[in-house]
Amino acid sequence: MSVFRTKFTSRGSSISTAALPDIIFMLLFFFMVTTVLRKSDENLKYKIPSAEQLKQIDQKSLITQISIGIPKDIEKFGSEPRIEAEGKLLEVKDIVPFIMKEKDELPVYSRDQIIILLKADEDVPMGIVSDVKQELRKANARRIIFAASWKKDQNQ
Amino acid sequence: MEKTIMRSFERRKTEINSSSMADIAFLLLIFFLVTTTIQTNRGLSATLPPHTDEPDIAKFHDRNLYKIHINSSDRILVEDASFENFEKLHADVKKFILNHGNDPLLSDNPKDAIISLHMNRGTHYKRFIEVMDALQGVYYEIYGERVGLTAKQFRALDLKLANEKAQYDKAREGIPMNISIADPNKIN
Repeated sequence: MSVFRTKFTSRGSSISTAALPDIIFMLLFFFMVTTVLRKSDENLKYKIPSAEQLKQIDQKSLITQISIGIPKDIEKFGSEPRIEAEGKLLEVKDIVPFIMKEKDELPVYSRDQIIILLKADEDVPMGIVSDVKQELRKANARRIIFAASWKKDQNQ
Repeated sequence: MEKTIMRSFERRKTEINSSSMADIAFLLLIFFLVTTTIQTNRGLSATLPPHTDEPDIAKFHDRNLYKIHINSSDRILVEDASFENFEKLHADVKKFILNHGNDPLLSDNPKDAIISLHMNRGTHYKRFIEVMDALQGVYYEIYGERVGLTAKQFRALDLKLANEKAQYDKAREGIPMNISIADPNKIN
């Protein structure tokens, strides 16, 4: 009987929550580190196409994102596909100066290794995509990634 | 005198109440949870040709060119014949690349074999990605087979590691990924 008693009383003491802040802080740091505050998709909406042969690019510092999509605010920007980078809408002729500016921010030895992550909506016509590609060639930014998501029904 | 000093010492030992620390951390955590969008750098990688002022016209022997056209209504024409399905395209392209001069209609060798992808300005990006995906899939499969990997394992090779880089180089040796993306024209 007395054994029961002692068990009961010990159960009454609460679990120590001293480690809780540490756990939470660990999670917090994880999210703080992985968070990238992006400005690039402010004006456009796009749904990237899906594909199977995707490659993950790890050289984050070399990546510059350019997106092509339909403006969210159709009354202001029209319903034609537009180009956007770093939160600003660009005309085709603005792409070369933009890439040059991005290249200047990279260390000298890796300027020509700049990688362009092209996020285009799956329904935009190839015309505008091709215009962007031509400009990228002019700016000598020739490594390009056509952003895509995993295909759902992949069986590989 | 001595007593007061003693007392202040004792007082300093009392700790700050840290029970609200968890709450503060939670609040920050929730903020970051909500704002986080883990950026994905995944996609089909490609290298564009250098810029030239003249139009890019190059002469290739017809047998070394595998022509794929996509028109503005996303219909595909493969080697002047109608497109059937991606499985057949995959098999045909693979046969074309690895022909090594056997069939007079297909490529001389993998080095010279060029897949020419030609599109219209009105072609949808989605269709382009589908075809590009299929073509790159053929190459990755070939590369993988040369070093005993699947296409997926080949794509995941880490080039920073010496042994994986060696595998990668061995697989790609002599078979460049010749996928040419021509400028789309406005007509037809």
